[in-house]
Amino acid sequence: MKPLRNMMEKLEPHFKEGGKLHKFWPVYDGFATFLYVPGHTTHKGAHIRDGIDLKRTMITVVIAMLPALLFGIYNVGYQHFQAIGQLGTASMGDIITYGLIKVLPLVVVSYAVGLGVEFGFCIIKKHSINEGFLVSGMLIPLTCPPDIPLWMVAVATVFAVVIGKEVFGGTGMNVLNVALTARAFLFFAYPAYMSGDKVWISLGGEKAVDGFSGATALAQFTSQGANITNPVGQPMGFIEGFIGLVPGSIGETSTLAILIGAAILALSGIGSWRIMASVFVGGYFMATLLNLLSSTFPDNPYLTVPAHMHLVFGGFAFGAVFMATDPVTAAQTAVGKVIYGFLIGAFTIIIRVLNPAYPEGMMLSILFMNVAAPLIDYYVVQANIKRRLKRVTVNAA
Amino acid sequence: MLKIIKFATVSSTKYENLMGKNIKIKKGLDIRLDGEAEKVLVNAEMPDTVAIRPEDFVAIKPKVLVNPGDEVKAGTPLMYDKNNPHVMICAPVSGEIVEVKRGEKRVLEEIRILVDKEISYLPFNAGNADSLSREQLVDLLCKSGAWNFIRQRPYSAVANPEKTPKAIFVSAFDSSPLAPDADFVMQGNEKYFEAGLAALKKLCPAVHLNVHADKVKSPLFLQAKGVEINTFSGPHPSGNVGVQIHHIDPINKGEIVWYTYPQDLVIIGRLLLEGRFDTHRIVAITGSQVKKRRYVRTIQGANLKSILGVDNVEGSDNRFISGNVLTGKKIPADGFLGFYDTQITVIPEGHEPEFFGWLAPGFNKFSNSKTFFTWAMPGKRFRLNTNKHGEERAFVVTGEYEKVFPMDIYPVQLLKAIITNDIEAQENLGIYEVAPEDFALCEFVCTSKIDSQEIVRKGLEALYLEEIESQKEVHH
Repeated sequence: MKPLRNMMEKLEPHFKEGGKLHKFWPVYDGFATFLYVPGHTTHKGAHIRDGIDLKRTMITVVIAMLPALLFGIYNVGYQHFQAIGQLGTASMGDIITYGLIKVLPLVVVSYAVGLGVEFGFCIIKKHSINEGFLVSGMLIPLTCPPDIPLWMVAVATVFAVVIGKEVFGGTGMNVLNVALTARAFLFFAYPAYMSGDKVWISLGGEKAVDGFSGATALAQFTSQGANITNPVGQPMGFIEGFIGLVPGSIGETSTLAILIGAAILALSGIGSWRIMASVFVGGYFMATLLNLLSSTFPDNPYLTVPAHMHLVFGGFAFGAVFMATDPVTAAQTAVGKVIYGFLIGAFTIIIRVLNPAYPEGMMLSILFMNVAAPLIDYYVVQANIKRRLKRVTVNAA
Repeated sequence: MLKIIKFATVSSTKYENLMGKNIKIKKGLDIRLDGEAEKVLVNAEMPDTVAIRPEDFVAIKPKVLVNPGDEVKAGTPLMYDKNNPHVMICAPVSGEIVEVKRGEKRVLEEIRILVDKEISYLPFNAGNADSLSREQLVDLLCKSGAWNFIRQRPYSAVANPEKTPKAIFVSAFDSSPLAPDADFVMQGNEKYFEAGLAALKKLCPAVHLNVHADKVKSPLFLQAKGVEINTFSGPHPSGNVGVQIHHIDPINKGEIVWYTYPQDLVIIGRLLLEGRFDTHRIVAITGSQVKKRRYVRTIQGANLKSILGVDNVEGSDNRFISGNVLTGKKIPADGFLGFYDTQITVIPEGHEPEFFGWLAPGFNKFSNSKTFFTWAMPGKRFRLNTNKHGEERAFVVTGEYEKVFPMDIYPVQLLKAIITNDIEAQENLGIYEVAPEDFALCEFVCTSKIDSQEIVRKGLEALYLEEIESQKEVHH
């Protein structure tokens, strides 16, 4: 690795103060620190420091998303061949190849555009490149349907990075989850590509089998409650939703793959288990509560969907594990995290069940709670302050 | 909740032992650093120079009382703090003032003394706490320089002798990495410690002596008389006096608590019993780069060479620290022991960039996060260097400070209140209860590499100076 080090050292003067390429220092610095953790030593305070840094934190999240990504690639191919009636003849290689062709370009575009915008901002604002987009760049494609045009992903990514993050001052300063900002942009700007029952399965120009329906489980919940079928008419239940060979956004379908990611995040301590657990509890609680109302309002079949079905279909698990846990936009206090997660889960179910326009509520629920998170923290911290003030009056008494 | 237990065999009320609290500290972190000192005590050679450095004191405005060429004895005033003018800062040795070193804007950096072969002491009236009035005791401690070992919270500055605290805290153990063993360093100093403790009781009747359930075994602490003995268990920072105060008698706005440490009490006790300001103390030499790690008996402000000895350090690129790795001061190889320090740590510098260090498994790194395998190697001691292992970033990760901050205080919110200079929020969030050292572990674990001790130090200093100003106005 010595030649690489030498090359970087040789390049460095060009980017330093007075060098021809000084403008591009953040880009050089970004690459240099990507290749090598710099030899910076402590100057103030503690002389030794923990091995962890933001790069390692972010890469851990990316690793946690890999099972969902890999499963998503497979599932895109699987849904394709199932829809055109060739599942029996398609090999594993065919399925994965189709999935790769669909998914990889989305990932590449998301990263290329997002990092490009970040680099641009860093050059203009002369600050060093932050690692935040390593995660956002993976989240954006995973929350999209497989056939979304690449240019839309590019536009949404630009919007999210600029309006969702950079205008607030970059990683750590944003109010809304960056990836969800991108998704919300797509959802409201190009609804025809982001909702309905035509977008979740990539037919690739071929003809679907007779009786095919591309409706997701959530869409079917709206009209027929929990009696749902897969695209080729076979009944679908909790197990199918948990395994995830069902139509949906690329990364969201397999609760199993997502839970592997959840385990990585929770065990490494990178993702807050408090938030993940409380989202599931909140969702389960609210769905159970709404079940009780189902006989009172018989014309809304969504009310009858059992709570455990809610948790494995749609973006519920994906949102709980990868979106709600974004530390920048979530509540920051331990108590606040529990309240925050619970309300995300509860509001998701309320939106799904009670608002006929939105069969899915995870995205809106998390974005709403992103905005509310500082308020939750405010009250949690106020309680701490009150305890401290009470101590004085107790002493005086 | 105080229970007074009288032992049947002892009738005199003088031997009352006050039962203290039992407190379990769960949050915190013991950094398993390589380089503990062996429990061997040797006398360090007498240093040829010692130095007293104002940077060891909080927000001091020094008034220098000596000039180069002056001869001083141990106990001769060298300077005082204009903000606390009754308290003299005195020479720890006899000798000649060789340098009054000033830096930029003539800020005093250090007073250096060439040490006599044989130390001669300025005589003070010996006596014990019983024979002196509180006023006489305060006066003796102030003019001899021993008062500097009594500090106060908030601010961790030298206590103001004109005030009375609500309690005095003595942390009998140091829980920081490679810290000197509390029991070991007290051997032979028992009577001085007891005399010092008696003096504290004279200053304020509420004295808390805090011990650790596993680390402290000496009856000197466990059976100390007339003080409340509180037992702590759990990892660092259980030994931090700030944590102890928080759990036993927390500081509210306007309240003052004084604190001191066993080795400092020994100096106070020696002054009382023998009538001289004798700052001999036992210093642990620690850290992976030290060849002979042990305890040495030396003197306050001694130069590092005399403490470490000849050819006692491995390698050439090292960090010399007066104190421990979390809160100590970086000193040059020919530097001096800090005013309050009882530990020297030498660790390697970490100038080498690391190829894909953020992705590598990192078996040689210690981390409180589970992204390294520290957790899987419970017995391993780590040879850590001074590399930051990453670059400074904005606050991103949440909840990690709280894991190592055992107080009912929100550390990140408090830091942000300090950064934004919001004094009301700082007070509400408990700034008077903390000191920079309480944030040392937060700083260690920080993913974003934020120097939080510096932030807290600046915040407290601003409040301290403001308080001093407002008191001056009241006086006028």
